Amino acid sequence: MTVMTVPTGAPSHPGQLARFGRFARRNPTMLLGAAILIFFLGVAIAAPLFAGDPMLKLPTRRLQPPSRELWFGTDQLGQDIFARTVYGARVSLVVGFSVAAISILVGMTIGLFAGYYRRFDGIVMRLMDGLMAIPAILLAIAMVALNQGSIAIVVAAISIPELPRVVRLVRSIVLSVKELPFVEAARACGARTPRILFRHIMPSTIAPLIVQASYICASAILVEASLSFLGAGVPPEIPSWGNLIASSRLYLARAPWTIFCPAVALALVVLAVNLFGDGLRDRLDPRLSRRL
Amino acid sequence: MLSYLVQRLLSTILVMTLVGIFVFLLLHLSAGDPAAIIAGDYATPQQIVAIRARLGLDDPLLVQFGRWALRVIQGDLGVSIFSNTPVSALILQRLEPTLSLALLTMLFAVSIAVTFGVLAAWNAGRPIDRLLMAFSVLGFSMPTFVVGYGLIYVFAIELRWLPVQGYRSIADGIGPWLLHLVLPTVTLGLAYVALIARITRASMQEVLEEDYIRTANAKGVPAGAMLMRHALKNAGVPVITVIGIGVALLIGGVVITETVFNIPGIGRLVVDAISKRDYPIIQGVILVFSGVYVLINLAVDLSYSLIDPRIRH
Repeated sequence: MTVMTVPTGAPSHPGQLARFGRFARRNPTMLLGAAILIFFLGVAIAAPLFAGDPMLKLPTRRLQPPSRELWFGTDQLGQDIFARTVYGARVSLVVGFSVAAISILVGMTIGLFAGYYRRFDGIVMRLMDGLMAIPAILLAIAMVALNQGSIAIVVAAISIPELPRVVRLVRSIVLSVKELPFVEAARACGARTPRILFRHIMPSTIAPLIVQASYICASAILVEASLSFLGAGVPPEIPSWGNLIASSRLYLARAPWTIFCPAVALALVVLAVNLFGDGLRDRLDPRLSRRL
Repeated sequence: MLSYLVQRLLSTILVMTLVGIFVFLLLHLSAGDPAAIIAGDYATPQQIVAIRARLGLDDPLLVQFGRWALRVIQGDLGVSIFSNTPVSALILQRLEPTLSLALLTMLFAVSIAVTFGVLAAWNAGRPIDRLLMAFSVLGFSMPTFVVGYGLIYVFAIELRWLPVQGYRSIADGIGPWLLHLVLPTVTLGLAYVALIARITRASMQEVLEEDYIRTANAKGVPAGAMLMRHALKNAGVPVITVIGIGVALLIGGVVITETVFNIPGIGRLVVDAISKRDYPIIQGVILVFSGVYVLINLAVDLSYSLIDPRIRH
């Protein structure tokens, strides 16, 4: 639960700064995660302003090592790896955020109904058990292989395997909350079911879901890169980090920068999201933070 | 206990049936005509019609599912479109590398992770705990193929200590077999180590606060014996659970690791099938891997009562 502080009179700047300093000292890793994430977000949004052309192929500059002009060097087709890595951040972040948003929204709705309606519950949870038993990457591979690869298909293919965890989480919260007096009171006042579900029960699920969203985002970025690497992700002409690594993998010995530049970017973003998520969990969900 | 066993087996069958329905529907719910997908991009209309007839795609969906499920139960996973070989035979051919990799990784990951977790819990809050937990967040954030290429670059290309890629059958001798599996095992195991170490630490920390640990300490039980016999045994259930859940992680990782290290296992079979759109192979491998996952988690559930006598169903 958050306490809203309403500024009374003029906001005292030294006070806010001190508060931020205290927060930063207590959560250094969360802040580090947020800083890296904001950096990559900025880079992704501003890419066209500074990064150059990610698709330009110049045969005269093939496999050049990093230099002052070409910060990350070039690949076997003479493409600028810096530009391609910067544009790759767009794909990763778009996929990460969309998968988190979609799986949380859909999973929450299913979970709310499953927890509230007994009859619905059994069927939904068995379906989720079945979905959970299929390895996520394989399910995604099958979905992408059957349809023409596109970012939308990849987002859907990654979101579906994430659903069971969200549904289970929301359902367990609904089961414990729906017997509480305030829900009973709402029912006694004549509130309709949708109102009870979304106005009275849903708020209890928000904090754990925000934490869950950060982990889903990290895992989605990893899975997208893995799918692209395996040739079942976004179309190969789109510069995603997985595609960059896959297309240059035969040049590992001769030109390691072709692989390590996108790889480091990928690892950094996932690490940042995980650090941020751990910090969120410690602040929003103290019960969980003790367990892990 | 017996009624629990029966109930658990029934739910396992139910889950596998659901997996079967999902896998079956995947082909039919995808955009486009399954026959056209199976026939590939260069098929003529006549070929597509022939495939429709051969696969019975004009029958009602329920009839098709029944026919397909009956064959799957008998171990017939269909025939590869590209090589015209039964999928089950293809999977069997490639079982050894995948099984070797998975078992070695399990052994490696569990032994390292439990040691790390116990050490971290025993030294909770001290630098060694922070170091181990930082390593575990890092291990969880590193994509498998990034770790793999990093290890190959350092240990195979620069230092030349280990082979770059490939696989040797165990029939060629234990030495070469093991040598080729060192880097893949570490690569695949890293995320698993991170996951299990975190849970072991949390579970151990809870147990170490119990009264009987203080008693054991007071009566002078050596630290090692106390950690292993008194604490770890009681902290075991969540650890075993996460080992079971982590199998899903392991299976996904196998596909990537085999691609990075060019190991001719079941994972490579799937990856090669993607580009050829050899759908029966993808379908068959999903079924097999899901079955393995479900069975391992059944074994995990049943093993609880062996580890913790308090759990009697």
